[in-house]
Amino acid sequence: MRIGIPKEVHTGERRVAGTPRTVKQLIQAGFEVVVEEGAGFQAEHLDSMYAESGASLTSDVRALWGESDLILKVHTPQMHPELGEHEADLIKEGGCLIGFVWPAQNEEVLAKLNARNASVLAMDCVPRITRAQKVDALSAMANAAGYRAVIEAVNVYPRFLMGQSTAAGAIKPAKVLVIGAGVAGLAAIGAARSLGAIVRAFDTRAEVGDQVRSMGAEFLELDFKEEGSGTGGYAKQMSAEFIEAEMKLFAQQAMEVDIIITTALIPGKPAPKLITAGMVESMREGAVIVDMAAQQGGNCALTQPEKMVIHKGVRLVGYTDLPSRMAIQTSWLYASTIVNMIDEMGGSEEFKIDLENEIIRGALVCHGGQTTWPPPQAEPAPKPEAASQQWTEEHGAADESSKENTGKSKLGSIVLWVIAGLAMVGLGWAAPDSFLSHFTVFVLACFVGWQVVWNVAPALHTPLMSVTNAISGIILIGGMLHLSGAPSEAITVLGAIAVFVAAINVSGGFLVTRRMLSMFQK
Amino acid sequence: MPENFATIAYIVAAALFILSLSGLGHPDTARRGNMMGIAGMLIALLATAMAKDFMGYGMLAAALIPATIIGAFLANRVKMTEMPQLVALLHSFVGAAAVLVGFATLLGPHAEMSEAEHLIHNIEVYIGVCIGAVTFTGSIIAFAKLHGMIGGKPLILPARHLFNLMLLVVSIWIAVMFVQAVDAENITRAIWLLVIASVITGVLGVHMVMAIGGADMPVVVSMLNSYSGWAAAAAGFMLSNDLLIIVGALVGSSGAILSYIMCKGMNRSFVSVILGGFGAAEGTAVAVDGQHTEIDVAKTVELMCNAKSIVIVPGYGMAVAQAQHTLSEITKELEAIGVSVRFAIHPIAGRLPGHMNVLLAEAKVSYDIVLEMDEINPDLPNTDLVLVIGANDIVNPSALDDPASPIAGMPVLEVWKAKDVIVMKRSMASGYAGIGNPLFFKDNTQMLFGDAKKNVDAILTAYRSR
Repeated sequence: MRIGIPKEVHTGERRVAGTPRTVKQLIQAGFEVVVEEGAGFQAEHLDSMYAESGASLTSDVRALWGESDLILKVHTPQMHPELGEHEADLIKEGGCLIGFVWPAQNEEVLAKLNARNASVLAMDCVPRITRAQKVDALSAMANAAGYRAVIEAVNVYPRFLMGQSTAAGAIKPAKVLVIGAGVAGLAAIGAARSLGAIVRAFDTRAEVGDQVRSMGAEFLELDFKEEGSGTGGYAKQMSAEFIEAEMKLFAQQAMEVDIIITTALIPGKPAPKLITAGMVESMREGAVIVDMAAQQGGNCALTQPEKMVIHKGVRLVGYTDLPSRMAIQTSWLYASTIVNMIDEMGGSEEFKIDLENEIIRGALVCHGGQTTWPPPQAEPAPKPEAASQQWTEEHGAADESSKENTGKSKLGSIVLWVIAGLAMVGLGWAAPDSFLSHFTVFVLACFVGWQVVWNVAPALHTPLMSVTNAISGIILIGGMLHLSGAPSEAITVLGAIAVFVAAINVSGGFLVTRRMLSMFQK
Repeated sequence: MPENFATIAYIVAAALFILSLSGLGHPDTARRGNMMGIAGMLIALLATAMAKDFMGYGMLAAALIPATIIGAFLANRVKMTEMPQLVALLHSFVGAAAVLVGFATLLGPHAEMSEAEHLIHNIEVYIGVCIGAVTFTGSIIAFAKLHGMIGGKPLILPARHLFNLMLLVVSIWIAVMFVQAVDAENITRAIWLLVIASVITGVLGVHMVMAIGGADMPVVVSMLNSYSGWAAAAAGFMLSNDLLIIVGALVGSSGAILSYIMCKGMNRSFVSVILGGFGAAEGTAVAVDGQHTEIDVAKTVELMCNAKSIVIVPGYGMAVAQAQHTLSEITKELEAIGVSVRFAIHPIAGRLPGHMNVLLAEAKVSYDIVLEMDEINPDLPNTDLVLVIGANDIVNPSALDDPASPIAGMPVLEVWKAKDVIVMKRSMASGYAGIGNPLFFKDNTQMLFGDAKKNVDAILTAYRSR
């Protein structure tokens, strides 16, 4: 089978759908690979490197499209500026195409591809299931874009990110707000954190809070409760009240932070407007906003796609080619997901469009002259394979049920407290002084133990147990108190045996703890 | 020596014990904590021995010296994998001591008391003996189970809850008779009643631990730890000794916290563990089957060398096979070539809280790279390779996505999110929970069958000969 890798014609695109490394993998898998001359030039992959990997090179774009069984692309097919012809019209009759397609926005392209009877797999339509992670090109790109967004912000930000105390004076660390904690948002948090900024993040999906915190950022929450999880781990559109509360938060944050990175997208809809002109103007001079949703209309009212503009001292970055700015690695990451996709389709030997395969069916947008997108919703219930993505949602549900449980146990604990209270009153009424003084000691000691033991590191639970074991051997004092009689008396014998067993405990417990602890080392 | 001096000594000892426990909070201070415990014990012993009416020096020496030697002998000889048994055995000693002290107190002379004081004193004796007996027999059974002398399978008697309840009611009834007998100065009858009570509570202890499955052993051991504390506290009450009360309460609450932590690790309530019968049909779990992929040692080594980050998940199987030393060697070799190797410890891995940590420490694995479940779970998606060694239920995805599974809701190590997973196991058999594990059939999971020790040895040899 022949695979064709054309040069990307989209303005400003530097990536390529195959790198020398992945081309080699494809050839080893039994494919024949043709690469357009200069296809990898902008990603620093020279033609000679492709030739070394075993690919043949051609300058004939028409032939490359027309004679390859499978075309690998980054961007949706578009008008070819040099040929004056649409790329979709060039594809071989019944050929196959893998690339980003965005079927919702590109119906005309789909129509053209259907006219050629092409089978098209959209890397942007891969279902979000665990098994599909290796073909998840969007996450790979989003990760790179999130990192790059921070780098672009820092590039135009006229201050330090890290706080420093210098002889000349102290510099405060920059505050960064990341809106949307998807893959891109989390990557941005990580990058900003590692440059020393104080990072805050907001997301409508409350369950991503832990992920945000795990990256070292503060998770901002609204007082308002609404579950923001849509299907497949994406966010859904929120109610008007929620949005109002959210905007209030952003307005307040805009006055405090130095850099805002917005990544909020809702599938199939224009990006929500989250940062108003007023908020932009309220930011302090030198502040930066990177709007990663610029292509979908932007999260900020003043963003201009593909440009950096300055509005009243605030820099608004609207670059839409963030992954492309790291073309060497993003090309390779993207090309690798494609290799995995080809692998999923059976490799060169058994290459086929398997409609039963969940990943392939999900990604397939054109087949046999028909648009096959969106895929039928065959399985309404989460299947085990979808576990990791679905888990977050189920987890949300579980939280609710646990709330119910706490409701019940609240009642239970009230009853318990009442009983404990009554028992205390009873004790105070009936018990003699001598008992009560011991009882005081007992209760206080329980609390001390409770406080102290919670601080013990889990790694030391076994030594803790053997130490507590050893010190509970203190009961040997109880035995000693009975030792003073004649050795023949029963009570003395009982006491002696008690001392004997308890002493085994004491020496055994302490020594074994010592032995264990001597092993713990850095 | 004046009596007040003994009281002061007891206060010092109690403070030392508290400092001892707080010292265990971190590995750096833990050794000092242990020393403080020893110091506290010595002070308490000396203060008691130097009290002016203490005369039994001969008996004390006769009991103390051989016991100390035996204890030291046990402590030095025990293998780290046998730690759970030793701990269980030592608990039983505290229980036995509590029973003996109770009897001795009953027989011994006591000071003048008011009527209410007398009643309370008798109840204290009775409770002390009962808790001691439960701790004693329960710990003996736990020891036997952990040592493999009796099977790990739970013994489920029909109507076992009724049986337990009956034993409890009977022992309360005997308590009433006991108090009356002591009041009537009928000491012989009182002793017999106390013997019967200790037998009955002893049976309760046996039955309770017999009904608990092997996987729940960490909870049982920490529960018995707690009981041994309460037994000491009860002895303190009957002897009016504040030091015993303080120490007993410390140990009791420590054990209770450990049990609570273990139960949380399994997402089960303490009551359900204690009532026993884990794994009995609780809804029908989704049947797990499919095709698993096998891997050999050479390929495993290759994967390990190509990985940038490796997480090792040890389970009880590693302890049984004694594979920790070789693992430690492999870790060092891999770290030398720049691979990040970390260990992930599930709270209930092994048969004792923190069991895996002790084994890894024994094998000189730095505690910095031994992480807890909550610390490592967020990192697993970015991990290249996870090696699961002799663990099963703690890496079972059904806990999260199969509500009908017996372990549903139990937090697990989400190893399947890593790029590759290699599971070392003897066979495809189930873990203690007796349920299938869909992890084994995942696309990114490969199985390396055989004895864990032999396999890791082979990996090390293959790695070195590369």
